[in-house]
Amino acid sequence: MDRLKLVLQYFQSNSESISNGICVILALVSVKLYTSFDFNCPCIPQYNKMYALGVMFVPPIILFLLGVLINRHTGVMMEEWARPTGKRTKNPAIVKYLFSAMMQRALLAPMVWILMSLLDGKCFICAFSMSVDPKYFNGIPNNTGLDLIKIMAKVPCKEDMIFRNNTFRIAVTRYVRCYSQAIGWSILLFLILMGAVARVIKPCFNHATFLQTRYWSSYLDVEQKLFDEICVLHAREFARKCVVQFFESMQDDMLLRLPLSQALRSRKTPTECEEEEDHLHGITKKKQVDHLLQTWYECRPELDVTKMAYKSTVCISWEDNDGHIVQSDV
Amino acid sequence: MDKFRMMFQFLQSNQESFMNGICGIMALASAQLYASFEFNCPCMPEYNYAYGIGILVVPAIWFFLLGFVLNNNVSMLAEEWKRPVGQRGKDPTILRYMFISISQRSLIAPAVWISVTLMDGKSFLCAYSMDLDVSQFGNATGHRLSEEQLIRMLAKIPCKHIFDGQHILSREAATRYIRCASQAFGWMFLLLITITAFMIRAIRPCFTQAAFLKTKYWSHYVDIERKMFDETCAEHAKSFAKICIQQYFESVSGEMHRFHGAGDSGKNGNEDNDKHTSEEDKLLGIHAQDDMNKVLWNWHTCKPALSLKKDGLSTDADRNFVAQHTAFHTDGETRSFFAYVYFCTSFDRHMSFL
Repeated sequence: MDRLKLVLQYFQSNSESISNGICVILALVSVKLYTSFDFNCPCIPQYNKMYALGVMFVPPIILFLLGVLINRHTGVMMEEWARPTGKRTKNPAIVKYLFSAMMQRALLAPMVWILMSLLDGKCFICAFSMSVDPKYFNGIPNNTGLDLIKIMAKVPCKEDMIFRNNTFRIAVTRYVRCYSQAIGWSILLFLILMGAVARVIKPCFNHATFLQTRYWSSYLDVEQKLFDEICVLHAREFARKCVVQFFESMQDDMLLRLPLSQALRSRKTPTECEEEEDHLHGITKKKQVDHLLQTWYECRPELDVTKMAYKSTVCISWEDNDGHIVQSDV
Repeated sequence: MDKFRMMFQFLQSNQESFMNGICGIMALASAQLYASFEFNCPCMPEYNYAYGIGILVVPAIWFFLLGFVLNNNVSMLAEEWKRPVGQRGKDPTILRYMFISISQRSLIAPAVWISVTLMDGKSFLCAYSMDLDVSQFGNATGHRLSEEQLIRMLAKIPCKHIFDGQHILSREAATRYIRCASQAFGWMFLLLITITAFMIRAIRPCFTQAAFLKTKYWSHYVDIERKMFDETCAEHAKSFAKICIQQYFESVSGEMHRFHGAGDSGKNGNEDNDKHTSEEDKLLGIHAQDDMNKVLWNWHTCKPALSLKKDGLSTDADRNFVAQHTAFHTDGETRSFFAYVYFCTSFDRHMSFL
């Protein structure tokens, strides 16, 4: 009983901690991806905003979908939601709980990406450098013959020729980056506050219902795992019996089931002997083995092990040398 | 029960996590290969496009095929597909399921390669630098180059050190533009495959869940059955070989062993007697140097036939009696029965239950 409890506890905590671990790994992947990604602002007025906002929002969508895919609870939740009622009534609170747990975990990696891009500032600079009013900054290069918007669009690209020996670009960049970081920190603060408040005041509402919902959600998870396991066990037994039955059906001579020469029997223990015979299943000639292997490919046996699974019992009786009647099940 | 549970969890998870591990390793290998590969655009109008697109596509195909090669289940799929129907019907949904799961795993490394290549942008730059609109990046009217010379100059854009058209267009601006387009393609590609994977895995339980469970069980069964068959064959071969070799030794020595060896000595003898008996038994009747030499010589020059001798019954009555009862699975008590039959018919009339 204790062992069973330990195993179940292990199952339950293991599933959640695995999900948490995967969630953290995905967040780390998100960080690594951002740092290794070579941000490449086009510095062309029509494309700047599109590129920058694309880089800020498309990878989070991808990471979110990945987070949902990788999470085990997605499958459990979808199955519970989509199944017919059958003999077990459906509880919508469980589906909602699983959904919110899945969402929370899946939203971590996208938020990490968005916050990183805001704190870094490159996306913001690329997208909004054209919206800055240049009269607040001095030193704008006005001898290039380009119009204002094209000049402002080139601000994110530091290696461009028009900004050589010019502090204008650096000033504008710093200004926009400061905005970007302010927004980033505000979002982070807001999220953390929300999380803290939610955790603190949650027990005030419906705690008993929450405990029930949480129990039944983890039950569903464990039940699905156990079902898969038992299917595996069953398939293994089924396969073993099917193969042994096939071997035994290949014998063309019933007499081969007799025991082997006494020379071998006397040497071994009874269990070793049984093992030897068990493993042979009565196939003792090369031709038989070849025939067996050929038939295995050409004419696979049917999926029915009823004969082996349910053996009939017959009793045999005979006389031993003292004249006593001895009975035995065959 | 706990031991069983852990063993089977390990077995099942081992197979899947093994395949997932191989899949992850290939994806990492793909990224690493790109990082260590030295991209070398030819910067010539005739070859740029072929090189750029070739680098994008050919290694991806190679990784896909490698995924199939490394996957153990491919041979299982081929076998299940090609086998004759026999006594067991063939279910096409199982084949489809196996093929899809193998393909899904094989597609990850090529997808990583393609997305890394597109994000980096070099191959796009190499392939499409000649399609640039010069007026966007420089002065289209200021140059006095013929069409062919212009194309040749544009082809040199990917190569920083040999580019000679600075007065016509800005190389950095053009590079930046093409790389930005390449990265946009890369992100779109990633988004597309993620949405496809999401549709397949997350929305699927809404449809055909029961059929899916069935298909999953039977394809897993096919895999396990193949393994069990191999295991049983291996066990059989081991026993076959052992007995064949022992019979060969006996045939060379020409001696037949005692029949009531372990039965009697086990009950009455002391330990020394037992050890002595088992040591002697291990000699298998070969006691002299000449005999041993003969054994070794004949093992090479004249191997025994692959057919185990059976010291069986001699009378028809006994054969019939045994034939009636051999339909049942052999167990300990049946063996005792067979031992009785054996003893009664061959040498002694006294019983010994082994």
